[in-house]
Amino acid sequence: MAAPPFSVLAMLRFILTRVSLIIPTFIGITLLAFFLIRLVPGDPIETLAGERGIDPARHEQLRKEYGFDKPIIVQYGIYLARVLQGDLGKSMITQEPVLNEFRALFPATVELALCAILFALIIGLPAGIIAALRRNSIFDHGVMGISLTGYSMPIFWWGLILILIFSVQFDLTPVSGRIDVLYYIEPTTGFLLIDTLLSEEEGAFWSAVQHLILPTIVLGTVPLAVIARMTRSAMLEVLGEDYIRTAKAKGLSRLRIVALHALRNALIPVVTVIGLQIGVLFTGAILTETIFSWPGVGKWLIDAIFRRDYPVLQGGALLLGVVVMGVNLLVDLAYGLINPRIRHTR
Amino acid sequence: MTTETMEAPAVAAPTATPPHPLREFWGYFSANHGAVAGLVIIVAVVLVALLAPVIAPHDPNITNTALALKPPFWQEGGSIAYPLGTDPIGRDILSRLIHGARLSLLIGIAVVAISIVIGTVLGLVAGFFRGLTEIFIMRLMDIVLTLPSLLLAIVIVAVLGPGLMNAMLAVALVILPHYVRLARAAVITETSKDYVMAARVSGAGTTRLMFKEVLPNCTAPLIVQASLGISTAILDAAALGFLGLGAQPPSPEWGTMLADAREFVLRAWWVVTFPGLAILITVLAFNLLGDGLRDALDPKLKR
Repeated sequence: MAAPPFSVLAMLRFILTRVSLIIPTFIGITLLAFFLIRLVPGDPIETLAGERGIDPARHEQLRKEYGFDKPIIVQYGIYLARVLQGDLGKSMITQEPVLNEFRALFPATVELALCAILFALIIGLPAGIIAALRRNSIFDHGVMGISLTGYSMPIFWWGLILILIFSVQFDLTPVSGRIDVLYYIEPTTGFLLIDTLLSEEEGAFWSAVQHLILPTIVLGTVPLAVIARMTRSAMLEVLGEDYIRTAKAKGLSRLRIVALHALRNALIPVVTVIGLQIGVLFTGAILTETIFSWPGVGKWLIDAIFRRDYPVLQGGALLLGVVVMGVNLLVDLAYGLINPRIRHTR
Repeated sequence: MTTETMEAPAVAAPTATPPHPLREFWGYFSANHGAVAGLVIIVAVVLVALLAPVIAPHDPNITNTALALKPPFWQEGGSIAYPLGTDPIGRDILSRLIHGARLSLLIGIAVVAISIVIGTVLGLVAGFFRGLTEIFIMRLMDIVLTLPSLLLAIVIVAVLGPGLMNAMLAVALVILPHYVRLARAAVITETSKDYVMAARVSGAGTTRLMFKEVLPNCTAPLIVQASLGISTAILDAAALGFLGLGAQPPSPEWGTMLADAREFVLRAWWVVTFPGLAILITVLAFNLLGDGLRDALDPKLKR
């Protein structure tokens, strides 16, 4: 395959356009987070202070500090400036800066999300490929039926059912948490799978793996279904192309045709779908973490709602939104890199 | 020449030889067994919902601690009077599920109805007026699409306060962009066609063009998206109910029932199994129907 003429300038232009496109989105997300607190009925300072109330002097001081006495547009400016400096306020419960809490909990969510997407890929890709190669076979119908069921799955229920089967019935997996309480692991990377290996504590790694299995399956189910369906239809489309017929006519082996010619082109739309699944993963993480008491940002957000910890809710939602936005941008850029047609059309 | 080609299809349609469009549609639709199965399940759920007070064996809200956590009838200790067992405060699970069907269907239909009306109007406006209006509307929709749907719904409900009404509003907002995008794309392809030009030349105003000429011609994708939207709405509303942010107990909403029963998962498998199964089957049915409708209505996919 001859590489297309590579132009640094075109590449730079492509990257700059894509990056500039996220600015309005970022402003939109900050506006949303900004108005969030103001939409809660009642005085925003009292909302931020919680139910214990606040003495009038401190109230006045906070009013000044947050700029609630200024016009709304100026208030937004102040808020945006704070956000850009990484100041998202403090949790009303722990008095910790929201950003610090997020940083401490985020690795747990990422670890779970990565395992889930890996699980989805390892099963979903081959299932989709084989289903396409054996179109209309029992296997194909089975894969399509199961993936539509997976796609329709209420994952909060799926988690409970897996607990019923694997934890209650067979006593194979733990019900909640990231690791047995027996172990204390120094958070070096925040990823327990790595930290337990580094700690050299007997059995810690295995315990972390066991705790990961059910949440991974639960969170990976919907992406698995989407990936299998998408891979199948992309493969079917590619297999009907002329160059596949040519390759067949040349007498190339079936494996070579599938692996080298078809798969390579079929994977392009699949990559986009995987990227789009990141948002779905974070959504699912909120539910999965709640079911398994997984100490990540999803459970943290839900807890914040019930504790009326509005700074955490406001800052956490903003951070999650920005993370998803960033991942989408990266996927977009990667897509442009692997698919030159995209790069040159805009 | 032109008159001939213009006339040909106009005459051909009513002369009976090609099947009626609905008949043709049914031909494609019924060939898809999954879609028919979905339709049958949906009709069944609708009937159950309509007849709930008649067919439910017990009042869904009557508690009886003496009957708490009775297993389904086929297990030891169960009785046929409570076929799917009872929940932790002795309510009949089957009766609650039957009444819950009303809520789930109501949620699905109401949410999609709100979303489709607002979304179509916004999409038509964006497609017709272009320029700044379009940029504003579409950027806004992009932002909604960027955020994970449930996260946005959770944040909205957290602000408005938990409850079924607010949960429905939140979900309606979250699925809005799909309808806006569909309507706008359809308008842009349709407005370049001759019939719109003809209507414009004969003096039709923008409102008439939007609703009388263009809208009927982009209903097919909207119908497909509506069916898929109902499944998303039921699923998301149940998720909010499960998190304690949607319908509040003692409402027999399926997600709320699951949340109520969650802590008993280790002792009584039936209290969590059946409500979730009801959600899964209903959502699956709407997805099957949506897939079938898309294949039957979209000529590009007809094989």
